[in-house]
Formats: sequence, structure tokens, C-alpha cells
Amino acid sequence: MSVVIQADQLTSVRAGRTLFAQLSLQLNAGHILHIEGPNGAGKSTLLRIIAGLLRPQEGQVRLFGQPQRDDPELWQRQTLFIGHKPAVKAELTALENLHFQAQLDGAGAIDPWQLLETVGLLGLEDIPAQQLSAGQQRRIALARLWYSPATLWILDEPFTALDTRGIDMLHQRFAEHLERGGALLLTSHQPLTWSGERLQKLRIEPQDEEFVDELS
Amino acid sequence: MSLVETNSRCSNQASTFALLRVIMRRDLAVTLRRRSDVINPLLFVVIVVTLFPLAVGPGPDILARIATGVIWVAALLSALLGSERLFRDDYLDGSLEQMTLLPVPLAVLALGKILVHWLLSGLPLVILAPLCALLLKLPFEAWGVLMLTLLLGTPMLSAMTAIGAALTVSLGRGGALLSLLLLPLFIPLLIFAAAAVESTLVGTSALGQVLLLAGLMVLTLTLAPLAVAAAIRVSVN
Repeated sequence: MSVVIQADQLTSVRAGRTLFAQLSLQLNAGHILHIEGPNGAGKSTLLRIIAGLLRPQEGQVRLFGQPQRDDPELWQRQTLFIGHKPAVKAELTALENLHFQAQLDGAGAIDPWQLLETVGLLGLEDIPAQQLSAGQQRRIALARLWYSPATLWILDEPFTALDTRGIDMLHQRFAEHLERGGALLLTSHQPLTWSGERLQKLRIEPQDEEFVDELS
Repeated sequence: MSLVETNSRCSNQASTFALLRVIMRRDLAVTLRRRSDVINPLLFVVIVVTLFPLAVGPGPDILARIATGVIWVAALLSALLGSERLFRDDYLDGSLEQMTLLPVPLAVLALGKILVHWLLSGLPLVILAPLCALLLKLPFEAWGVLMLTLLLGTPMLSAMTAIGAALTVSLGRGGALLSLLLLPLFIPLLIFAAAAVESTLVGTSALGQVLLLAGLMVLTLTLAPLAVAAAIRVSVN
């Protein structure tokens, strides 16, 4: 079983507050890691560190055994990060958004119409994204999952604003990804309908109100 | 239901040039949807230029004397109009953080954004220059040099505006700060551009000033994308 991602002794300090200290995790191919914790515990920060958007104060993250700093390009090609912000252009239509996003993800051969149908937005293709509902915008953002060649998916609250059918669809897609040997790292306040050995859980508890010197 | 059959180690293989083109095309499409953002700065320049004959009197000697300065200062101020929006929307909707995650150097993408900004703000200004020159009674023989200075100078405006916009993008209201930050940086540009037109008017060659402007432009366009990329990385955190 190959190890996709491994984090050792991560410590993150934001605005003088320790979010988590000495946190380690490991995720194997074909597995899903659900990060739980109350608001403000540092779940998003952890995901952003693993995605390479933030540097941890201490510790390091390895992808396929390679430290992040050694080969950022491998990192960027093998991971897919979808955060709170959907990266959907408000001025462009759903179809244009999907078209440009697919090209940015190196999947220019994908038919955006088919993608539109897959995520259930057929019929809304010529409406600017700003007039779509939050859930529909979310679907545009998540459409990347249907073609992404990345091995590791890092999803921050992917179920937000989605209806039950959307959530079922996403679960189905996750299952396919894991079948192909992909790995999935996500945060969610919703209980996952997933069970069994493929699901690992990691709970981040907020640290005590311990202020540390930012320079140390 | 997968649309592409991929093995587990397949990945995003898009080339730098392909991604640069996509980013530029998307930026063009987005900006052209907000047409007022393109047109307003140009209208601003025309209106400022028409105000001067009303304020200082229509005498051709005075107007021709101040024409270059007026056109260039109007161009500088118009570059600041809406400059904070250069990265603001990308920052708010998350596109900026996705850009930093693309497998290409961020500076290349920053250069793409600068070029698109120039295409929709600097280039129209160059085309508009003869109209402004006419309104201010600038002698005809200086029109060509004025347009040349604008052609060389406006890419610098776009590049430096991009640095400022990237630095202030995560601040709530960076507009005033951005103006204060950028205007002093425009001073060398203003000096050489005005001097070039001036020397044409007195009948000497403007070659020296124009070459200096060209050199400054190459330097700015080389270094600015690196600065913009660094500023974006700081802002995204």
C-alpha cells in the first residue's frame, strides 16, 4: 500500500495562537482521511499547509516521500485543492467557467457540455455565475473532480450548500476516486455516509489559550 | 462515470505557455464583460484633457506648452482608477490561490495578467492620444513622439500598478494607499516622456529619451512579474 501523503510533527501558529502542535498524519492510496474539529481548530489551515499554500512553523509534509520544498511542481501536478472560495468567475457563465477551469487543469480535451450535464447544471449554461445559487456555484467548482487526474484531493468543506442529491453524487465520485487508487483528504461538519476501513479520522482539538512569542 | 480514464499517477501535464494563454483569455473574457471598467478610465482622460482649455484659456501657446504634461498626468491618474480591482476579484473568489497552485511559475502568469491589463487600458490610451493632442493643440510634428512615449510608458504603468495591486489586495480598502504608493514611482516615467516630446518641439532629436524609456520598459517588464508573484504569495497567506 503506497503512502500518498505523510506529515510529520506539524506545528502551526496563526496570529500568536497555536492552532495545533506536533501533529502527524499519514494517508495511503485508496483511503480517505476525514479531519474533524470545532470551528477555529485549524482544519482549514492544516489543509492549506498540505496543499502548499501555507508554510508550517515546524515540521514537514511529504508527497510520495518527496518533501514539499524539493519539488513544488510535482506537488502542484499531483494535488487538487478546492477551498472555501469556489474560484468561479462571477462574470462568466457556468459553461465558460467549466471550459477555462478544465484547460487550467490540463484537461482541455474534456467536453464542457458533458461536464455540465454530469454536475446537473444543464439548462443553466448561459447564465452568469453570479446569478446562480451558492449550491450551483459549488457544483461548478466541484466539477473539477470529474476529470481531475490528481492523485490527492484536498477538499475543504466540499458539501457546503449542496443538496442531498449533490452530496450523494459526490460520495459516488469519491468512491470512484478511491477505487482508482486516489487519496482524499477532507474536512466536513456533516457526517460522512462512509464507513469501513477506507475511512480514517483525525480530530483536531483546539489548544489551550496559550500565547506564544511569534519570533520564537 | 469518470470522463477520462486515468491511472493513479497521471497528472496535470499542461505546459506553461498553454496555461498562460488560458489565464489571459479568461482575464480578457471577464474584463470585457465589465465594459464600464474598461471605458471609464478612457473617458476620464478625455474629460480631464478637455477641462484644461476651459481652465487656462484656449490660447494655443499655453495649451501646446502644457499639452504633454496634461496628457501624461491624466494617463497616470487613469491608471490608478480601478487599479485595485486588478487582483481584487481573483482574490475574493479564490482564483488567485488556485493560480499559485498551478504547475507553472507564478511570475509567468503575473506577466499574462499585466499584458491583458495593458491591452485593455494602455493600448486604448495610445490610440486615444491623437484626439487628446488635437484638443490641446499640440503641434502635429510632436504627435508621433507622444504616441511613442505612451506606447513605451503604458506597459510600465500596468506593470507597476500590478505590483501595487498585488501588495494591497488583501487589505480591505487599499485604494488610497495604492495611489500614494504608486504615484512617486511614476516620476521617472513622467520626466523622460515629457522630455522626449519637449525636445521634438524645440527641434532636436528625442532618440535619447525614447531609448531610455524603452530600456526602462524592458527592465520593468522583466522584474515586475517576479515582484507581483512574490506579493501574491504573501497576500494569499
